[in-house]
Amino acid sequence: MSEGVVVVGASMGGLRLAESLRRFGYAGSIKVFGNEGYAPYNRPPLSKDLLSAAEIDFAEVAFPQRSATADVEWHLSAGAVSANLSNRQITISGGEQVSFEHLVIATGLRSKRLGFNTFPADRHALRSFDDAKALRSKLAVGSKLVIVGSGFIACEVAATATKLGCEVHIVSPSKSPMDRALGDQLSAIVKLRLEAQGITFHMRSTLQELIGSDRLEAVALSDGSTIRCDTLVEAIGSEANCEWLAGNDLEISDGLLCDGSLRAVKASGGTWSNVFGVGDVARFPNPLFDATARRIEHWNIPTESAKFVGQQIAASYSSIEATAEVFRPLPSFWSDQFDMHLFGLGMSYLADSSKLVHGDISGDCVFEFTREGVLVGVVGIGHRSVVQNYRSVLER
Amino acid sequence: MIKINVDMNKCQHYGQCVFEAPKIFKLNEDDKLEYVATADDSELGNIEAAIDVCPMQAIFIVD
Repeated sequence: MSEGVVVVGASMGGLRLAESLRRFGYAGSIKVFGNEGYAPYNRPPLSKDLLSAAEIDFAEVAFPQRSATADVEWHLSAGAVSANLSNRQITISGGEQVSFEHLVIATGLRSKRLGFNTFPADRHALRSFDDAKALRSKLAVGSKLVIVGSGFIACEVAATATKLGCEVHIVSPSKSPMDRALGDQLSAIVKLRLEAQGITFHMRSTLQELIGSDRLEAVALSDGSTIRCDTLVEAIGSEANCEWLAGNDLEISDGLLCDGSLRAVKASGGTWSNVFGVGDVARFPNPLFDATARRIEHWNIPTESAKFVGQQIAASYSSIEATAEVFRPLPSFWSDQFDMHLFGLGMSYLADSSKLVHGDISGDCVFEFTREGVLVGVVGIGHRSVVQNYRSVLER
Repeated sequence: MIKINVDMNKCQHYGQCVFEAPKIFKLNEDDKLEYVATADDSELGNIEAAIDVCPMQAIFIVD
């Protein structure tokens, strides 16, 4: 009992887990270990408001801490390097061994990077507060930015940089920006609007070569063209931080495989009853949609999964039973780009078909997404009430 | 009593809070957020849940 709950990952998921444990009555020890040197903070502003602020201030993104979690032990700049689940121990970067009764794995994701070695000072990714600070220093009127990738982060950085007066090019092998989540029609509409704001798209293209002497001066694309630039942003997706769990009878090929109660699945069969996954790193089945385990990289998942797991663990220390036994979250996402406010519920990227159901494609509009005729998601530009009204249908 | 403040410069009216604390928050006919500024202590759990799900982190409890 005294070894209590150990959480690896000191970001939003770790914070919400600690809060949930206390809310559901767990009074024992909570130790949180994280490799960043910052207390938990909110990442979405890193590509938006924070990236355009005159002065980057950590207080703008720090999560407020509640009195109920005042006695949680935060160990920052102290990530886990290995684990021995059978012995109920993890090892921290300094070499210290920490024992646990329950382990929560909330180590999140890191940015994928391109396979170039040159011009490290001119190549950026965007995941952490430090990443945002470094990129912010490159964004000035007249800066020439090439962004590789065309997902949400890529487009948000493109919008922010354009507003700051930068010249922005997006290079991506996809057909259209954010097309996995938005579908072909909505994605095409969004692309036209971003182009009208001054962003240049080079779709169905990849980066072939970085050109320059001391500093980056241009990039060469697979279509034979060359773009002059001084800064490269690599927004090509993320990969899960779970290598530290190797050697533990887990499935960690793409995130930590969990069952429907978010307990870690044993590669040999069954689950670890005292080891849980929370947030972006967890790959889990969601019965709202189907039986396939997936990682969900949406902002609401760390909070919802932490609340669920906190309740499960707290219940194991008391006579009160947890109310829910299967995690079935409704993913939601939003993105602000210029005057466009995109908002989605569900898993539109599972769809085989989409159709306009509200509004007009020249203005605010809402699309439904279906898979084999069954509604799996809804995404709108504006019309937030219309989108919100789908919540009860999707949570059926 | 709990005093609530929403930073309307940050709020983008996504309405996530409405589902966590429907007695406190609502989207009006123009899709704009409206809220009551004081609530009974029994609403604390719902209000904290609303704070947690706000994409803009624009909701605050005032001491």
